[in-house]
Amino acid sequence: MVLSKTASQSDVSVHSTFASRYVRDSLPRFKMPENSIPKEAAYQIINDELMLDGNPRLNLASFVTTWMEPECDKLIMASVNKNYVDMDEYPVTTELQNRCVNMIAHLFNAPLGDGEAAVGVGTVGSSEAIMLAGLAFKRKWQNKMKALGKPCDKPNIVTGANVQVCWEKFARYFEVELKEVKLRDGYYVMDPEKAVEMVDENTICVAAILGSTLNGEFEDVKRLNDLLIEKNKETGWDTPIHVDAASGGFIAPFLYPELEWDFRLPLVKSINVSGHKYGLVYAGIGWVIWRSKEDLPEELIFHINYLGADQPTFTLNFSKGSSQVIAQYYQLIRLGYEGYRNIMENCQENAMVLKAGLERTGRFNIVSKDNGVPLVAFSLKDNSRHNEFEVSETLRRFGWIVPAYTMPPDAQHVTVLRVVIREDFSRTLAERLVLDIEKVLHELDLLPARVTEKLIGGAADPVPVEEHHPAVVKKTAIEVQREITAAWRKFVADRKTNGVC
Amino acid sequence: MVVTTTTAASDEHLHCTFASRYARTSLPRFKIPDGSMPKEAAYQIVNDELMLDGNPRLNLASFVTTWMEPECDKLIMESINKNYVDMDEYPVTTELQNRCVNMIAHLFHAPVGDEETAIGVGTVGSSEAIMLAGLAFKRKWQAKRKAEGKPYDKPNIVTGANVQVCWEKFARYFEVELKEVKLREGYYVMDPAQAVEMVDENTICVAAILGSTLTGEFEDVKLLNELLTKKNKETGWDTPIHVDAASGGFIAPFLYPELEWDFRLPLVKSINVSGHKYGLVYAGVGWVVWRSKDDLPEELVFHINYLGSDQPTFTLNFSKGSCQIIAQYYQFIRLGFEGYKNIMENCMENARLLKEGITKTGRFEILSKDVGVPLVAFSLKDDSKYTVFQISESLRRFGWIVPAYTMPPNAEHIAVLRVVIREDFSHSLAERLVSDIEKVVRELDELPPRSSVKTAHVTVDDLHRGKAERPHLKKTISETERDICSYWRRISDKKTSGVC
Repeated sequence: MVLSKTASQSDVSVHSTFASRYVRDSLPRFKMPENSIPKEAAYQIINDELMLDGNPRLNLASFVTTWMEPECDKLIMASVNKNYVDMDEYPVTTELQNRCVNMIAHLFNAPLGDGEAAVGVGTVGSSEAIMLAGLAFKRKWQNKMKALGKPCDKPNIVTGANVQVCWEKFARYFEVELKEVKLRDGYYVMDPEKAVEMVDENTICVAAILGSTLNGEFEDVKRLNDLLIEKNKETGWDTPIHVDAASGGFIAPFLYPELEWDFRLPLVKSINVSGHKYGLVYAGIGWVIWRSKEDLPEELIFHINYLGADQPTFTLNFSKGSSQVIAQYYQLIRLGYEGYRNIMENCQENAMVLKAGLERTGRFNIVSKDNGVPLVAFSLKDNSRHNEFEVSETLRRFGWIVPAYTMPPDAQHVTVLRVVIREDFSRTLAERLVLDIEKVLHELDLLPARVTEKLIGGAADPVPVEEHHPAVVKKTAIEVQREITAAWRKFVADRKTNGVC
Repeated sequence: MVVTTTTAASDEHLHCTFASRYARTSLPRFKIPDGSMPKEAAYQIVNDELMLDGNPRLNLASFVTTWMEPECDKLIMESINKNYVDMDEYPVTTELQNRCVNMIAHLFHAPVGDEETAIGVGTVGSSEAIMLAGLAFKRKWQAKRKAEGKPYDKPNIVTGANVQVCWEKFARYFEVELKEVKLREGYYVMDPAQAVEMVDENTICVAAILGSTLTGEFEDVKLLNELLTKKNKETGWDTPIHVDAASGGFIAPFLYPELEWDFRLPLVKSINVSGHKYGLVYAGVGWVVWRSKDDLPEELVFHINYLGSDQPTFTLNFSKGSCQIIAQYYQFIRLGFEGYKNIMENCMENARLLKEGITKTGRFEILSKDVGVPLVAFSLKDDSKYTVFQISESLRRFGWIVPAYTMPPNAEHIAVLRVVIREDFSHSLAERLVSDIEKVVRELDELPPRSSVKTAHVTVDDLHRGKAERPHLKKTISETERDICSYWRRISDKKTSGVC
């Protein structure tokens, strides 16, 4: 008599993915699993978990591009296995990078002769670009001070308090002091006068932002240039300017071509721009351009030969993907000047639609300017009962991700909500967002106000609510529950570093 | 009478791509074109130019992965528009990164308790990882010196001369002195005894490489640890070790699990590994793991809130794509320990096969060791008639990209060819490469020797030897032509983007 055995393992290939045992086992989270699993199961498991991520296109917090044409997606997939740094093996990809650098340099009116190659490089983003530019300034300044026989151990950089975190990173990691020009209520960018006042002989450069992260405003680089020229004449320090055009670099040339902010101003020595913001490429590409060869000290450039031929490299990263460089080139030739201008005009239009819709509700102050990056930053006229953070949370339920944050010093009492208008944020979406915001306000209005405001972060002026609702003295059970929940949630959110919303 | 007008522009959408005017106009290369063009034309133009790039899978110069399964490609495409840094918006992606960090930390035997989370981060590659690790060491050392009231303005780092360029970058950009242990002929990695000798009170760390770029060798981290522990006891300087396991980090645990090189050694405080090398992911992901919280100074970690909620960040890059992180996690769960082990064993087999084939030609000396990264580095026994650089060039004609380069000091007279065996370099490709190398060698044998030897390792003896081997003094026309060609080629090779 033959004993029949059922070996379920042998049927593994027959099971559909969700019938197989792989969806029943819990995957180790902290250790690599011992055994392999079929690729379909691996794909399905990961794909399913990722469904719980936010939808990138509804992420209104980010400037970074979330949609590209299918043709470009095809190019990206075809080049995903090309290592960008292999210049010898992929000469065309390297050539495309060079072309992009030159195109962007010309866009920024770099003083190049015909046939002269621009000085610049593609990076992983504006963070790396800024670090490279800052390094170049630091090294130039050190060389200058050494030649003068002066101490070169305390370099500093002057910026506004509205800088993006990468400037603070640069300062901390590369040991440069950050001298921040404080903001004030109603003026959320760097004041050129104050900035020039703060410049001293240890200043390696003054960094102006074209397209402030917080409210999209363009700083007055021309004014900064004029004031700094005057000061340089008096002091002889020759302090240069760097323009952080991460967002604005691909907007100003198309929407405001007469605005002088780039290399047309003589003190501007380097500019960085994010290809992945209004350069309209997926995350992972930035550009930094120098005015001329003299502005990039040769000693910072490395030459290596072990990939087969001499390769100069001045980046912080070495191996990385080539897809975004190719995608940037695709965008530059596909759209051309006219295409970029059309897209920026559309963004501006949609920003106006959103702004008008918000103003119509009568509940918001618009903090962003009309000229600048197409975004709408707004705060509640009255945030005593419910604040911007609650609005942001409630909007999540509808699928929208709209961030709320506080301004940097000295305007920390101001909280704003910010919606960034990207290429793929159409007018219909703008109208829908306004509707949903109105719904959220309506809902919040019906909720009782927070009684103990110090439990829930946001407004720095805790106004005792008893003054507004003297009739309510006893809290209902629901209110108490809500308070406790909100307090606990805030407590947890403060401790965890990756809060899942 | 109606006058008919033909407007060519209106028929644009009818033209097939190569019939349209876009294939005929030269694109501006230095300025953005004024007008837009249809997406099909843009796609075609860019795609066609890219045809002239090398084939990534035949690029035997690179350790970086060039093939992944189609399922993984699908995941990559689906997450291409996710910005990795938006932790609040993409919590699952962030969670996947954390899981990868923990898995790698455990793989490296980090002393992490069962419920404890590991300290580490995903980076764009080992370059960034090394800079972060170096920054952490520099900051810790500075804090220690300040507390002791000693000067802290001259930090240095001790490595071998075989380090990858990112260490030199770190040293130059972050103003740390690089003290290199020189190599010597026959010994192409850092000598632990010499390294420990060079350690002084300003040394922020000693960096050992697991998987040297040049020969694939693993440095003896255990010996370094022992010698350094002894020295630390004498001096009290407490100098730590960093292991640059860019290539070796995903090989040693699977092929040589008893080899002690990781956190099992007490002085090892941080390790970096490239996910895009033997982690088997496309270019763009690296990992750095610290032993414990104390090894990463808190002041280096930034907290921002303008994307919506508190986010700690300790990387040099901010926005970047998420696909490689997701791909890395895919590989971990898809392959598991067993899968990685199988792949590494295959690579070693194919490396051995290639090595045997090359040895059988009788012309080459093998410089790479059997234990280490699966690659084969070989030099010519006799390089008077032709050099490895010429072999490398001739192999290009067959489609292979095999780099040739010189060793760093003090072994600059040695020039090698190096073939890296990646996951997708199969047995049949190995055999084909061997037969192509044989063809190339036979071809070069038939050429007359070069009269003016101007290659990377010029010695006066070479010049004299060359002349002595050729009794005839007049050159034939074809010899002259060949000389001019190879001389010109060598000059044009100095170009940084030479199309071969």
